[in-house]
Amino acid sequence: MKIVILGGGPAGLYSGLLIKKAHPSYDITIIERNPAGVTYGWGVVFSDRTLGAFQRADYKTYEQITSRFVIWDAIDIHYRGELIRCGGHVIASIARKELLGILQERCLELSVTIKFGCEIQSLADLGEYDLLIAADGINSLVRKTYPEQFSPSLELGKARYIWLGAHKVLDAFTFIFCENEHGLFQVHAYPFSGDTSTFIVECDEASWLSAGLDKADEEQSLAYCQQLLAPSLQGTSLLSNNSKWVSFPTLKTRHWQHGKIVLLGDSAHTAHFSIGSGTKLAMEDAIALAGALEQHADLATALNAYELERKSVVEVFQKAAQESSVYFETLKRYLNLAPMPFAFQLLTRSGRISYDDLRLRDARFGDAVDRAFATSVCQANAAHAQPRFAPPPLFTPLKLRELTLPNRVVSPAREHEGTSAMERDDAGLVMTGIVAVSAEGRVTPDDSCLYTPEHLASWQRFVEQARTHSAASLAIQLGHAGRRGSTRPRTHALDLPLRSDNWPLISASPLPYTPYSQVPREMDEAEMQRVRQDFVQAAQMANEAGFDLLQLHVAHGYLLASFLSPLTNQRSDEFGGDLTRRMRYPLEVFDAVRAVWPEPKPLSVALQASDGVKGGLTVDDAIIVARELKNHGCDLLTIQAGQTITESELPYGHGYLTALSDRVRNEAGLPTMLGGYLTTSNEINTILAAGRGDLCIVTPSHSRV
Amino acid sequence: MRVGVGLPGTVPGTNGQLLIQWAAQADQGPFSSLGVLDRLVYDSYEPLTMLAAAAAVTQRVLLATTIVIAPLRNTSLLAKTAASVDALSNGRLVLGLAVGARKEDYAAADVEYRTRGKHLSEQLATLRMTWEEGRFNPSSARPQGPALLIGGQSDLGFARMARYTNGYVHGGGPPKAFARAADKARAAWLDAGRPGQPQLWAQGYFALGDEATVEAGMEYLRDYYAFTGPFAEKIAAGILTTPQAIAQFLRGYEEAGCDELVLFPTVPDLGQLQRLAEILHGLGRDAA
Repeated sequence: MKIVILGGGPAGLYSGLLIKKAHPSYDITIIERNPAGVTYGWGVVFSDRTLGAFQRADYKTYEQITSRFVIWDAIDIHYRGELIRCGGHVIASIARKELLGILQERCLELSVTIKFGCEIQSLADLGEYDLLIAADGINSLVRKTYPEQFSPSLELGKARYIWLGAHKVLDAFTFIFCENEHGLFQVHAYPFSGDTSTFIVECDEASWLSAGLDKADEEQSLAYCQQLLAPSLQGTSLLSNNSKWVSFPTLKTRHWQHGKIVLLGDSAHTAHFSIGSGTKLAMEDAIALAGALEQHADLATALNAYELERKSVVEVFQKAAQESSVYFETLKRYLNLAPMPFAFQLLTRSGRISYDDLRLRDARFGDAVDRAFATSVCQANAAHAQPRFAPPPLFTPLKLRELTLPNRVVSPAREHEGTSAMERDDAGLVMTGIVAVSAEGRVTPDDSCLYTPEHLASWQRFVEQARTHSAASLAIQLGHAGRRGSTRPRTHALDLPLRSDNWPLISASPLPYTPYSQVPREMDEAEMQRVRQDFVQAAQMANEAGFDLLQLHVAHGYLLASFLSPLTNQRSDEFGGDLTRRMRYPLEVFDAVRAVWPEPKPLSVALQASDGVKGGLTVDDAIIVARELKNHGCDLLTIQAGQTITESELPYGHGYLTALSDRVRNEAGLPTMLGGYLTTSNEINTILAAGRGDLCIVTPSHSRV
Repeated sequence: MRVGVGLPGTVPGTNGQLLIQWAAQADQGPFSSLGVLDRLVYDSYEPLTMLAAAAAVTQRVLLATTIVIAPLRNTSLLAKTAASVDALSNGRLVLGLAVGARKEDYAAADVEYRTRGKHLSEQLATLRMTWEEGRFNPSSARPQGPALLIGGQSDLGFARMARYTNGYVHGGGPPKAFARAADKARAAWLDAGRPGQPQLWAQGYFALGDEATVEAGMEYLRDYYAFTGPFAEKIAAGILTTPQAIAQFLRGYEEAGCDELVLFPTVPDLGQLQRLAEILHGLGRDAA
């Protein structure tokens, strides 16, 4: 068997030596473009799990690699003059040059041929082979020769970065955040040899342009970074090695094999450097490929097995890398966070590490997170000495105007159950479903309402009963169904019109919700006044009934939300058109309710944060609405999404509203409440400590444990 | 969790009498349902036709399509066929629908492949209304129509499930994969404000017996799933071949919240049904 490996990087060399070890009779040639001894790049990082795989694959190189390792367990975060340390992360690194040297030597020992300085222009130059392993990197000639067969997609990141080094000793993976007159720069730095560290400087495009780095040559870029990092470098000089400012290219390929050609490492996939996995994934690919070739005599079966094993693993890393790179691209929104939540947000950015994970890795850090959270909440009592211990964020009170919620858990109210069936609820806040402000505002005939003295009396009883069973505060949600009204209960489906006794519907524009729905009437000004008055009257009754918090429902395609979304508001008057006009009526209703809702009691809005559909309301729109609501005296937002039209799409699963909540909260500066299928304390603590939300609506777990 | 068994109607070479005997025998227990699969361009039976035949020889088991590729069918005819099977079985039909993944089936049915998702949404909206209006139904069918389930893995699919149907039917794989899908289904259900929980159905494949039997089962799966490329091998490798594997599979699905797990045969032999029944007895799963 004749195998040609194109590319003498870690993936190419490692696959060559592993295959040769299992099959000494194979004729294996590695073709490398650069002359021997020429290499780019500084250090590469590995986690402890990868090391185990190296040990099993080839003990000799494992020993040599680990003997040259720099190993550390801490992550240091320098932000606004503070240093936050978190331990317990086992990470190791090695100079790329050393790694290549070890692998090359082992290849030669096993009689793998390496041809250095051999530039290939066309695959025809390779001659005959039984298997071609394309380890020729992100710009793979092999992949580019067969674009249809491999079906690659390449996406450039929005941030710019430059890969530098320094003879500076570091004792941790170090993040440095530097703000200057040009913008925000973040540095990812880690040691990789006895005296040298990698320094990757990254920034968004605006900062990059503002600093004139688009016009800077290598030397000027180096000088800029040198000055930027002067306090951290403490006199040592940054080093360049053919370093340029680039955007990170994320590569995905649909197929990793074509006939007797297989892609390996960066030629098949890349993952943003901030989760440090490029070389690790490439070398794991090599182990899997060698293993598959050893296990399966048939080449096609072996390549299938390799692709099958690696693709799912790589996809998981690419997803985490995507989360991480988006975090760094949009970092500016977190600059209002205090150092501890900022650091916690950074550590949990990729979604792979949670509150419980960090606590397990570093118990003291966990305590510090709890303490910082509790202290930030009780700043009114800052005169008190810092507590030594604090409860987890979930059990920390939240103050909204004069209302103090004892903890961060919100439960839906069980309105229709009798007293005896009402369990003691340990939530901090119990909230009703949507309560209709008028008969026409009901979704179904069975809906809870609040517009008659009988309704008021019933809600008064509800409040009295709830108070005897729970210390929770009580919230009522007021809404108007708009064009989603007059439907049947949701036992079999949503939005099925009633069979009889339908009532006329109103909405921002005369568009039916489904093809089977009644066409609503476009509201005229008199109707808008009447509905506003319905909300005001219901708010007054809610106060009389004894509720502590009131929430207006402006989401899911109901009446007030129908004004917000461009999909459902086609009005030509001053309540339709651009976002400012579309939000006018919901804001008028908000103002009217705020005027009658008692000053000490908080007022909240369930806000549509995204329609989840092309051409619909976006999270950027929602942030503008949220800022306006804040100016109008709104105290809290509950994040909702989807359902503006029937075909909306949300990334369902645990925490599917968390990313939206994070953006609205941190860009509009209002506390948020969110659901989104949260079932464990770990999810809630992670959301709270990272500043992604302030109150969590908890769903009981399906588990019958 | 209840356990059902599939009919071998998509295993090439299955004869009609075997399907009918299989259905009759499964009705004796311990199974709670009979499942059928759908594929147009293949050596297989039409699923609702199989269930109509099964309805004639069963009294007790639910008759479930897991799934029928709805967009291949005219919606009014699908509504009528389903209502007919529901009436023939005295209200035992569970209609699982999905878009399927094989382009050749769409080409053969002369239906647009690209718009299949949107097409399914329209069908879902129409099916329930059609049954309720009763224009095409035998009057002995249930007025609401049969329970509807949706299969598939896309976010939009889960949204459709929560909007139009009674639950989710999972396509197969290890319990962990089901658990993730079940989370998505429950999240979508919660988001839609539906009362209670979605019904969660799932399926697995088994081949019980000597090496040749197991190999025959795996060969069938490799062929049936050949269109998935390298995944066919993975699906074949996931086949359940021992009582131990079945016990752990059932436990995994049960813990992930599955309501009904349908085990499909891969070898068209009544002995397979018998062996599976014995294993379920042994696990104390006699109750339907």
